[in-house]
Amino acid sequence: MSGDNKSGTSPAIFCPAPGPRGDVVVLGHGSGGRLTADLVSTTFLPALSNPILDRLADGAEFDIGASRAVFTTDSFVVNPLRFPGGDIGSLAVNGTINDLAVMGGRPLGLSAAFILEEGLPIDELRAIVHSMRDAASRAGIQIVAADTKVVERGKADGLFITTSGIGVLPEGLRLGPENVRAGDAVLASGPIGDHGIAVMSAREGLQFETTLLSDCAPLNALVATMLESGSAIRCMRDPTRGGVATILNELAKGAGAEIMIDEAAVPVRAAVRAACELLGLDPLYVACEGRLLAIVADADADRVLDAMRTHAIGSGSCRIGTVTALGRSRVLLRTAFGTTRLLEVLAGAQLPRIC
Amino acid sequence: MKFVDEFRDAAAVRTLLDQLRGSVTRPWTIMEVCGGQTHTILRYGLDELLPREITLVHGPGCPVCVTPIEMIDLAIAIAKRPGVTLCSFGDMLRVPGSSGDLFDARAAGADVRIVYSPLDALALARRKPDREVVFFAVGFETTAPTTAMAVREAARTKVPNFSVISAHVRVPPAIEAILSSSDNHVQGFLAAGHVCTIMGIDEYLPIVAKFKVPIVVTGFEPVDLVQGVAMCVAQLEQGRAEVENQYARSVRKDGNLAARALIEQVFTFADRRWRGLDALPKGAMRLSDRFAVYDAVRRFGLAVPTAVEPPECRAGEVLRGVLKPPECPAFGTLCSPERPLGAPMVSSEGACAAYYRAGRQPSAMGETK
Repeated sequence: MSGDNKSGTSPAIFCPAPGPRGDVVVLGHGSGGRLTADLVSTTFLPALSNPILDRLADGAEFDIGASRAVFTTDSFVVNPLRFPGGDIGSLAVNGTINDLAVMGGRPLGLSAAFILEEGLPIDELRAIVHSMRDAASRAGIQIVAADTKVVERGKADGLFITTSGIGVLPEGLRLGPENVRAGDAVLASGPIGDHGIAVMSAREGLQFETTLLSDCAPLNALVATMLESGSAIRCMRDPTRGGVATILNELAKGAGAEIMIDEAAVPVRAAVRAACELLGLDPLYVACEGRLLAIVADADADRVLDAMRTHAIGSGSCRIGTVTALGRSRVLLRTAFGTTRLLEVLAGAQLPRIC
Repeated sequence: MKFVDEFRDAAAVRTLLDQLRGSVTRPWTIMEVCGGQTHTILRYGLDELLPREITLVHGPGCPVCVTPIEMIDLAIAIAKRPGVTLCSFGDMLRVPGSSGDLFDARAAGADVRIVYSPLDALALARRKPDREVVFFAVGFETTAPTTAMAVREAARTKVPNFSVISAHVRVPPAIEAILSSSDNHVQGFLAAGHVCTIMGIDEYLPIVAKFKVPIVVTGFEPVDLVQGVAMCVAQLEQGRAEVENQYARSVRKDGNLAARALIEQVFTFADRRWRGLDALPKGAMRLSDRFAVYDAVRRFGLAVPTAVEPPECRAGEVLRGVLKPPECPAFGTLCSPERPLGAPMVSSEGACAAYYRAGRQPSAMGETK
């Protein structure tokens, strides 16, 4: 069928309208971007809504006696199970520790639940469990509860892990995007995108070699140092799925703020840039698993950065942008050419099963 | 990064822009043919830096976008057949057909996989001799040689369970169609550097001679694009119409002879409908009769279905450079990357997606919802 054709001689114009999208889950629902948000708002929240969950933070905050507790849970389905710089075990431990840490929580303990596929070599499972032990030990915490289930061959992809964690907030500490003020500085704790590209490099079908390692690491010690610096830290997030761009959008939305990022200031390793060029990806959307973004008072930015740089995993910390105004939620990027463009939320799945 | 950073150099772009400002005296409308060029322009905001006399319009150079809906329907129909594993590039899986896309087909049980090369699909066919592995091949002259290579390898090594749906298309017929259209207002072209890396530049000589328009073969980085525009404007201002090569670091006059030989060996140029440009004479590539056994359409005895295409989406006008994406009533409202009406909102090379990602909403830059 042709559309408008005013001239009568030019080629016909046509384009499809969408078919009805079947009401089934697609991979994009797991991307951490818009489709994930849709699923949360249309399926999970209507059924499970409560004041704690409705905040949609990295985890829940609530009082236990006189203490303020933080609690979080996360599932890991990364493919392949091992990648340069880590494996599904270290990822599952660090991922949950980091969700607690960026809320300001001091992690107390983790649980781990395993879904194993029939046929998984015990040696491989053992190696992954040892990796979990080492990661927990590095972060100074223990895995204090666990569960195991096995499903038939073909019903899972080797191994899925779910970890949950509980921690306590220092007295009086309330981090959150609602604290953000105009003029605040936006900081990153190091080069972005290492994890996503390291996993991609290990994935079947993508034949590129890199010496790059995942940034997978626990952030709790780094966060403790930042908090001890006595600076006005408004909020923090770890840019995992959807990468820095998606997490900045969530922060902007939570704060009701406009954030301006300086593209030239965002640290990206040459290997990540090169891989992104080859794969057609934007590093701003590639996941990190051992980095954090922090919004801090402008006057305290240098002090926080100095504190962050005393840690090995924070040695590449730098300022990447500024909260330019309150009242309008959006993230803008200033290019090297002085032009500005909107930094969108990731739509669909850029890199499925990256964590 | 070597060979990239020097072509993203802000100082070099500023110098070129200064020269351009000094040379332009009248309004000119120039089309960048390739979607990759469109994305660079929007990503770096180059259109905002150009002198106001110059209007860039975006061309049909996104192979995913110009693949007609009936080819998507055909691929979905083949994917749903028992025993078939359908492979394609990631972008193709999200392009809506008449009823759903290939991701929907996968969610409904079809074996649909993303590959990065047709040779990966061929390797899969070798590993899974009990499956019919079908590669849904899209792309311009740039990717056609790799499809040709896979088909030739399948024939040479006698892989019986591999076949191809060829939706490959050619650029020169599309430029001719745009220039022949009565509502055309494009005065010069930035041709797609990667296509010319394969095909060389001679195909464009008859077009320049016939239509008296400058065509500048152009690369994909900011310096390339601004320089390409400057070369095109210089021709327009001087009343010249020639084929010039801005992208000389990649494009040779005769192109890549080995790749061209592969295309000639495996494909036959055919008439086929394009999304937005109707039937283009010799605008498509199908497998030649010698390789007919590897043509999935013929192998499965299917006819290309007839698809009904409602007119809500105006991608056709976008693909011909008549309409800018934000001028479409559906842009950003009914149509977005996660709920696309048409392929240009899906593809990594699509003009609508480029505008959407750069935040060029019709009103102002959009808020995070």
